[in-house]
Amino acid sequence: MLNSFQEGVLVICCVNMIAVLGMSVLTGFTRLFSFGNAGFMSIGAYAAAICSVQFKLPFVLSVLIGAAIAGIVSYILGSLTIRLRGDYFLISCLGFGECVRVLFNYTKDITGGANGYSNIPYKTTGVVAVISTVLAFVIAWNFIHSRYGQALTAIRENEMAAAANGINVVRYKKMSFVFSAIYAGWAGGLYAHYLRFITPTLFNLGKSSELVITTVLGGLGSLTGSVLGTLIVQILPEIFRSMSEYRMLFYGIAVVLVILLRPNGLCGYWEFSLTRLVQKIRNIGKKTAKENSHE
Amino acid sequence: MKILLQQIITGISIGSIYALIASGYALVYSLLDFSNWAHGEVCMLGAYVCFMATQVDAIPFWLACVIGIGGAAVISFLNERVAYRRIRNNGSPNMFLMIAAMGLSTTYQNLANVIWKSKFKQLPKLFKVGTININGIFIGKTDLLCLVLSAIALVILLLLINKTKFGLHVRAVACSSRTAGLLGIKIDRVIAMVFLLAGALAGLAGITYGMKYNIYPTMGNVGLKAFIASVIGGLGSVPGAIAGAVLLGLIETVVSGYISSGLRDLISFCLLIVILLVRPSGLFGVDVQEKA
Amino acid sequence: MSEAILEMQNVEKRFGGVRAIDQFSLKVEPGMIYGLIGPNGAGKTTIFNTITGIYQADGGRILFQGNDITKIEPHEAARLGIARTFQNIRLFGNLSVKTNVMISCNMHSKYHLGDALLRTPRYREATKETEARAMEFLDIVGLADKGEERASSLPYGHQRKLEIARAMATDPKLLLLDEPAAGMNADESVELVEFIRELKKRFDITILMIEHHMDVVTNLCDACTVLNFGKTLATGTVEEIKKNPEVIAAYLGGDE
Repeated sequence: MLNSFQEGVLVICCVNMIAVLGMSVLTGFTRLFSFGNAGFMSIGAYAAAICSVQFKLPFVLSVLIGAAIAGIVSYILGSLTIRLRGDYFLISCLGFGECVRVLFNYTKDITGGANGYSNIPYKTTGVVAVISTVLAFVIAWNFIHSRYGQALTAIRENEMAAAANGINVVRYKKMSFVFSAIYAGWAGGLYAHYLRFITPTLFNLGKSSELVITTVLGGLGSLTGSVLGTLIVQILPEIFRSMSEYRMLFYGIAVVLVILLRPNGLCGYWEFSLTRLVQKIRNIGKKTAKENSHE
Repeated sequence: MKILLQQIITGISIGSIYALIASGYALVYSLLDFSNWAHGEVCMLGAYVCFMATQVDAIPFWLACVIGIGGAAVISFLNERVAYRRIRNNGSPNMFLMIAAMGLSTTYQNLANVIWKSKFKQLPKLFKVGTININGIFIGKTDLLCLVLSAIALVILLLLINKTKFGLHVRAVACSSRTAGLLGIKIDRVIAMVFLLAGALAGLAGITYGMKYNIYPTMGNVGLKAFIASVIGGLGSVPGAIAGAVLLGLIETVVSGYISSGLRDLISFCLLIVILLVRPSGLFGVDVQEKA
Repeated sequence: MSEAILEMQNVEKRFGGVRAIDQFSLKVEPGMIYGLIGPNGAGKTTIFNTITGIYQADGGRILFQGNDITKIEPHEAARLGIARTFQNIRLFGNLSVKTNVMISCNMHSKYHLGDALLRTPRYREATKETEARAMEFLDIVGLADKGEERASSLPYGHQRKLEIARAMATDPKLLLLDEPAAGMNADESVELVEFIRELKKRFDITILMIEHHMDVVTNLCDACTVLNFGKTLATGTVEEIKKNPEVIAAYLGGDE
């Protein structure tokens, strides 16, 4: 089995993957940018933690409530801001994320302020994290391949044509935003029950941009790409832990290089498919069999 | 009353530093439609270059400042040459420019961390006595110097854009780079010049900021404030960026003075969101509708 | 006289000081193919945009089947039964040809979010239906064998057809075609005329089209309106229009 360090890496990886999957739906499939998803993560984390500690609710319920509250807040915010264009929407999310951080710092009585919120029970084990992530992936996959996901990709490809073909652009954009916020809240709830101690600075602007960058690195419009992106962004730094000083430097350089050399990210608009792989191998098999029989 | 007046001057002074950076955001946005998030780091690097120059005995302080400004301009220019131009030529969507800028920003911040460590560096103090006293109103000399330098730089910038042939070219490319190209304007050159100019302004901002406070690897975060200022003013509008910056500077100082410095950022972010809700394209921005 | 399917009454649209369309009126009866012609910048596409809700008219009224649609949103227009194509083709470029059409068919899909997330039998069935319907439309425009290709990789003529298929998949009563023959040579436009006629017969729709190719207009349109600088210059059958001296002076120029 895994030792505690490996399990830690696994949990962190899974938690981030859930948040990135939400981001992927928002950015990769709808092409909306949010630099405020760390804010939703912190809402999920704090809400879940408070439910667990203060109200002694069971773990699963706490996480669900955290995700739901993140979703509700994003719905309200989205109702106000989703019509803003391009960078204006992005910066309103950024402003929101920072607001949440400052607010949690300020409300010492409820959140513990900058000193953090502690004594959260340890519930997010490796098994829990993996099950959650698989569930998150399946739900996101089903969502993306349904008419809802198709509407989002239509908006990404051409907003005006999407509207002309009966898609309520504002409603679907909001749906995508809420979806990503629920995922962020979900990830936050799990994160809190792994760390057992959370502070507002865990969910700063840097965290938000990390989520965006991971999504872009993995490839826009690809859920499997997001999985791959998260694995790379989370695990590579652990391997180079001894050179921690240079870690973020390499990370920055890598982002620039990927954008320059692989403009669509590692697997943009391309999903890894097991059935297709099997098909390919079979085809190769058939071909060689045929060639052999010809001889 | 006196305290308020003092704070207004401090606010305008910090606002003028934001304005130097924000106008760079606006210039680049007006040409390329993307927010150059590495701009704050250009400002930080300019400050460090200036600091390095002051360490050499033979270089007087004013020359060190010029070197810092030049250094920032060159870095800004290199960003465009090495990264952004290539992405433009790839035909990638604009958001890749933004992501690349984020990557550059992370790179520079951590580069500074590796080279200079996270310890605060200080530029030499110019004044022995920090403040002047006008009828009981105390004004920081450094504040005043920042204000004057920034004002001069911004006036020069506005004259450059509105009165010169180069400015005309910039405005033409901002209007429609394709048409400008057809009319014989060398677009890449105009863009490169604008990056030089924006870099120089950011360098000046970094140095003045360094004189007021300190120099440290994450000081580029001041770029975020400037970005917000440029959004408040309306993306792509230089006068808007300046107005937004001064407004933001004023609000920040007044809020920290009268309410709480802890709530300073909260209130400025809320203000930002409110302004966007009332005016979705900022104070001076134009609402562009996509043509069918 | 039958009731008009689309009626525009003194519609006005200004951009700053410019009147893109000025006191424009139009009456299209069910089953017609109606042409909208005029030189570049005459305001034809602006009229399409005000009908489909992309622009809001500054004055006047637009009625569709007797209902006021002046303040409609684009997606509502589609749901009421107004479909359109665009002058500069707007496909969902990175998506497959089939998905492009499926997205339009989805408008009539009956499953809900819960069905989609859990992949219930209802979801599976509806998706199968949608797919079959999409293939039907692709078959009509002759792109059935290209269903899995990326839309942006299709040649220009096929892209125009795909856009029409996508518009038809919303099951419209009124189809707005914005320069369907643009960039086509003589042979291709003859084929297009046949195709549009076929479409009209098969689906019993009304068509309003913007077109520059006079031969296409002559062959297809039951009536047309000529626009110049946002104003109506003449209205009538194609033969009447062709004889109108004002129209000849402004537009046709008599060189054809």
